[in-house]
Amino acid sequence: MTAYHRPRDLDEALALRAAQPGWMVLAGGTDLMVNANHQPVPDGIIDLWRLAELGFVRISDQAIAIGAGTTWHEVERHAAIRERLAPLAAAAREIGALQIQARGTLGGNVGTSSPVGDSLPVLLALDAELEVASVRGRRRVPYHAWCTGYRTTQLAPDELIVAAHLPVPGATTRTTWRKIGTRRAQSISKVMGAAAITLDGDVVVEARVALGAVAERPIRIAAVEAAVRGLRLGEAGEAARLALRAAIRPIDDVRSTASYRREVAENLVARFFAVS
Amino acid sequence: MRLALEVNGEPRTVEVSPWKRLLDVLREDLRLTGTKEGCGEGECGACTVVLDGEAVNSCLVAIGQCEARKITTVEGLANGEVLHAVQRALVACGGAQCGICTPGIAVCAAHVVDRGLLAGCDADTARARVRTLLAGNICRCTGYQLIVDAVIAAAREVAPA
Repeated sequence: MTAYHRPRDLDEALALRAAQPGWMVLAGGTDLMVNANHQPVPDGIIDLWRLAELGFVRISDQAIAIGAGTTWHEVERHAAIRERLAPLAAAAREIGALQIQARGTLGGNVGTSSPVGDSLPVLLALDAELEVASVRGRRRVPYHAWCTGYRTTQLAPDELIVAAHLPVPGATTRTTWRKIGTRRAQSISKVMGAAAITLDGDVVVEARVALGAVAERPIRIAAVEAAVRGLRLGEAGEAARLALRAAIRPIDDVRSTASYRREVAENLVARFFAVS
Repeated sequence: MRLALEVNGEPRTVEVSPWKRLLDVLREDLRLTGTKEGCGEGECGACTVVLDGEAVNSCLVAIGQCEARKITTVEGLANGEVLHAVQRALVACGGAQCGICTPGIAVCAAHVVDRGLLAGCDADTARARVRTLLAGNICRCTGYQLIVDAVIAAAREVAPA
């Protein structure tokens, strides 16, 4: 029989995690419970759903910290996130639909680390940092170094994800998030991406461009970021399209084809740099 | 494990694996078969129930997480013999065909109406809003128009514009 524990606080959760690194760490269940009756039965469950220390949004001048247990519904409704981290709120609105947004959490998306995790390109584009904890202490990991491969991350077997720290983009930085799937809600993305583009007038000073569903993990496209630097919007779009062509190798699968993904990803990236 | 929870306003106790899905506990242990399984993947919304005030897919909830929680299923929408406004509107508008998605639609729509999630919408924005709020409930028969009509009619009845 599966063991089940709902820790009262983070310390208890971390002690349990250290003692039972093989147990499932469960929050809203929107990934881990998919097809549950056809999955291996876990030896034990550490239930973090609504653990108070993981459910917070803390706002400072330069950054917003979001607890790992925050649901997409809470992200989407939070006034400061909507205003200052618009692409994250936009992603939250299109993750699944009402039922998924009520249960799915930021920490879950980061922990599952699916190549189609809808919030993950946003974390890359906004240069987020993750905070993880264990009985050994806390550490911060730049999100761009978090994903190590297909659904694998830097998380150690005794660690839990505590929060994401997102720097708030400055006034001259424009940010976007866009997802392409078979329908607006509920569909798993064929391609999605996010960008943070810092402008001087209409000249690109610096850009962070991230895509999901085009590789084994969400990735920043360094070639695009380099190609657009110093260009004007519009011409930067074409440069981005060309740079992307050589940079990604999307796959054929049940949801789409490599050639469709490639074309859509090129259009998406070009559009990030369109004249507004 | 032994769990106490509240289903449709009544205290219930079950003795089950904590890994068992809420959906299966409702259908098998509590014999509340109104809640349907569609996909088992959280894609279709047929198994929607209200858990602690949120519409959720019961196929994605482990029963271990439900100790002391309040759950409303389609069986709990009506007040005795009097159907919920959403159920009456679905009947009146013809917002159901084969019926497999209907319990999930009814639960989700009742949640939307009871929580006043359409408040402040005019006639045009209300339709779009209903489509967004019910986007997690897939219906392969109706084409959704009559379902949307029903939700709007019920919202108007509960809180007249």
